[in-house]
Amino acid sequence: MLISKGFSLDGYKAVLKDGSIMTGYINSIFYTVVGTFLSIAVTIMLAYPLSRSDLVGGKILMAMVTFTMLFAGGIIPTYILMRNLHLINSRLAMILPGMLGAYNVIIARTFFANSIPKELLEATKVDGLGNIAFIIKMVIPLSKSIIVVLALYYGVAIWNNWFSAYIYLHDVNKYPLQLILKEILFGNSTDMSASSGSSEEVGLDALSESIKYACIMLSCVPLWIAYPFLQKFFEKGVMIGSIKG
Amino acid sequence: MKRTLDLQSNIHTKPLKKRILENWDLYLLLIIPVALLLIFSYYPMFGLQIAFRKFNASGGIWGSPWVGLDNFKRLFTTNKIVQVFINTIRISGYQILVEPIVTVTFALMLNAVFSSRYKRLVQTISYMPHFISTVVMVGILRQILNNRIGIYAIVCEQLGINAVDVWSLPEAFPHLFVWSIIWQNLGWNSIIYIAALSSVELELYEAAEIDGASRFKRLLYIDFPTILPTFAVLFILKVGSMMSIGYEQVLLMQTPLNLMYSEIISTYSYKIALEQSSDYSLGTAISLFNSVINLVLIYIANKLSKKISGIGLW
Repeated sequence: MLISKGFSLDGYKAVLKDGSIMTGYINSIFYTVVGTFLSIAVTIMLAYPLSRSDLVGGKILMAMVTFTMLFAGGIIPTYILMRNLHLINSRLAMILPGMLGAYNVIIARTFFANSIPKELLEATKVDGLGNIAFIIKMVIPLSKSIIVVLALYYGVAIWNNWFSAYIYLHDVNKYPLQLILKEILFGNSTDMSASSGSSEEVGLDALSESIKYACIMLSCVPLWIAYPFLQKFFEKGVMIGSIKG
Repeated sequence: MKRTLDLQSNIHTKPLKKRILENWDLYLLLIIPVALLLIFSYYPMFGLQIAFRKFNASGGIWGSPWVGLDNFKRLFTTNKIVQVFINTIRISGYQILVEPIVTVTFALMLNAVFSSRYKRLVQTISYMPHFISTVVMVGILRQILNNRIGIYAIVCEQLGINAVDVWSLPEAFPHLFVWSIIWQNLGWNSIIYIAALSSVELELYEAAEIDGASRFKRLLYIDFPTILPTFAVLFILKVGSMMSIGYEQVLLMQTPLNLMYSEIISTYSYKIALEQSSDYSLGTAISLFNSVINLVLIYIANKLSKKISGIGLW
């Protein structure tokens, strides 16, 4: 019984024939690429000024960022806000609310504060360049490793996010892969109907079960491909995060 | 003397206006991120006031009528809240007690392995599950532990035991939840301990060995003190997030039959407001109650940790 009943690709065929997985894939790639790019941009825009000791009000701003890690309005006020902003059923709902992660801002700030030499800034100032030019020409090229770490953290978070889509999106053609998977694996409601044990269902189960396994495999493939290349950066992020800034 | 010092410091501290103008472009950069922070993090905090109002769509957050503590009275007159509260404490307490012990044990075990190549391999594989999404993780778990077609069913059949449906067994829920979290985060959470342990100089172990310290003694007197500060800080953070255990995962693992143990404060609040009755005010009252306990817990944990180990978050 422990030996599999033969090799079959029926599950994969059924999954690929159904367009929703492909749509989900494309949507997820869109949300992840656009969301990660924008998130990194605003994270640097906040973290770099915070790393400067001459920023007026820097301490207060830093406290404001840290406080969001301890206390939050929660889903219901956020949902009302999203409704007031007309972001319900909008693709932006997948990107905007998560754009600034407090933890990510803190690790980026710590990195900038410790690895961008002050002399470099002074030299640039002598050349008559402003702060923005300094960030683009000096800070970003010197911070490739932290940018990769941020890309990983934001990217994985957006790719794995199903809950925002679940509460904010209504059109199936906007669903990210994870929500499509959730519907295939657990059905439409959060309360999966209790499994009834009648034996006639077992035959029918076989295909639907192999469909479920196929979905799980397909959703893990991008991670498995990327993992060996990115693996060393994961640890780096943890280590930067552990330095008290 | 004092006067001259004051004069000197005045030369160094420029007037506020000048300091801002000097780096005006830095403040320009901050406009978008600060706006995002205010809108998506701080504005919802003001939204919490609907816990003290009777929310209606036309009045919104600022215009719905005030009702004082009515929502909280409604909340505490139902028996449900007690059960939900106990469930939350049961699951998170279980997690807080077990997870750090398992993680530290894993890190110490891995640290004791001498072959560094093997060590790296184990570590790399061990934190891969961290990046699997909650949906897929719970999906895999449901498939494996399915009592008709999962590996669990097959094993039980081979052993001749009747396979109980663990998803309809309320008592099984805390174990399923906590151990699946441990499985997913074991490797990831251990990275920081392993890094701390690798900072111990080899000479220290050698010296201890010469002095006749057994392996266990070395563990007790070298390894433990090394990871203690990290452990303390992480433990405070864990206690502080005690009331905010992953409701997304809980939602996915709930079945109508295990709700007696699996309904926690955050899922209950979500369902009241957005799934069942659209009672935004009551739902918000529950989640505010939750957040306040959370804040108190993190404050106490930080105080205690400072007293015991001298290490705190602030």
